[in-house]
Amino acid sequence: MPAGKTYTPLARTTLTSSAASVTFSNISGSYTDLILVCNTMRTTGLDNIGVRFNSDTGSNYSWTIIKGSGSAASSDRRSSVTDIIFNVYNNDINTPSVGILQIQNYSNTTTYKTALSRSSGSAAGYVYATVGLWRNTAAITSITLLDEGSTSAVINAGSTFTLYGILAA
Amino acid sequence: MAIRSLKTGQFSRSALVGNPVIMPGSYESIATVTVGSGGAASIEFTSIPSTYSHLQIRGIARGTKSSTVAFLNMKLNSDTGTNYAYHILQGDGASAVGSAVANDTFMDWARYPAASATASIFGASVIDILDYGNTNKFKTVRYLGNYDANGSGYLEFRSGLWRSTSAISTITFSWDSGDFAQYSTFALYGVN
Repeated sequence: MPAGKTYTPLARTTLTSSAASVTFSNISGSYTDLILVCNTMRTTGLDNIGVRFNSDTGSNYSWTIIKGSGSAASSDRRSSVTDIIFNVYNNDINTPSVGILQIQNYSNTTTYKTALSRSSGSAAGYVYATVGLWRNTAAITSITLLDEGSTSAVINAGSTFTLYGILAA
Repeated sequence: MAIRSLKTGQFSRSALVGNPVIMPGSYESIATVTVGSGGAASIEFTSIPSTYSHLQIRGIARGTKSSTVAFLNMKLNSDTGTNYAYHILQGDGASAVGSAVANDTFMDWARYPAASATASIFGASVIDILDYGNTNKFKTVRYLGNYDANGSGYLEFRSGLWRSTSAISTITFSWDSGDFAQYSTFALYGVN
């Protein structure tokens, strides 16, 4: 029998001024999966938003990507890096990029965590699909989104980030 | 065409602007299977009610096959005939490749970590089955998934076709060889 409604908004952030990063902390372990939806603009130029878990800044992440540029499809990979590539975005405020990050079984403490994402920005000129690995068995309790190209406050005001929890029967 | 979010007033060329993909309240858990310490040859959802518009399956998986990878497959309503077809967009970290398979006996969801892969790495997937209860048309499935293993791995988009007009009431996952490892889990959801 269905267990009832189970797609729950947990937190939402709308930037009122530009920021270097956005963090969702104290994430409850009460759900099965997490979904993070973002709508982003950069203050200048083009780059990517990356994801870290539990404030881990070590080289414990890796990812494999497929991307389309509008003229060609390609694939790339990074190993032992400090974040998982997620969202391509640029400085066209009328055409923000969108990204969806899916983290299955985020609160289990026996497996490394695998995340799937899709991202696109017509002004940014790319569409991404990524699978990322965090080599840690800890339950995910915080998610940090940061610009991969700059430590300055380049994630523009108006960017939105919404975290959902999905609860399985 | 510019699309304006009613909530934020923001303009975009994407219908996703400022809005979630699925509205909370239209998404219900139907069943979950988690593999125990003995492993399992298959994971199956049966007696799926036809009361939803769509189905979504979310999971993590690892195989016990004596290899670095095992190939996950899916059958609908226990149909073992050559009634499945699928298109593939695959990235292996070096190149993106498209291909297609016709008249197969299952939908092939490709590579997941297996017994020889680094311990604790599981692949992940999100599978959407649209209009699964309709008895007037063949069924189309959308797949995103696979794994990264810090130096190897695959990311795949796939679309699958099941050439049957039957409503889907059973979904079965298995491997090309071996069992599901402990902690593999698939959860089935209904979407209205």
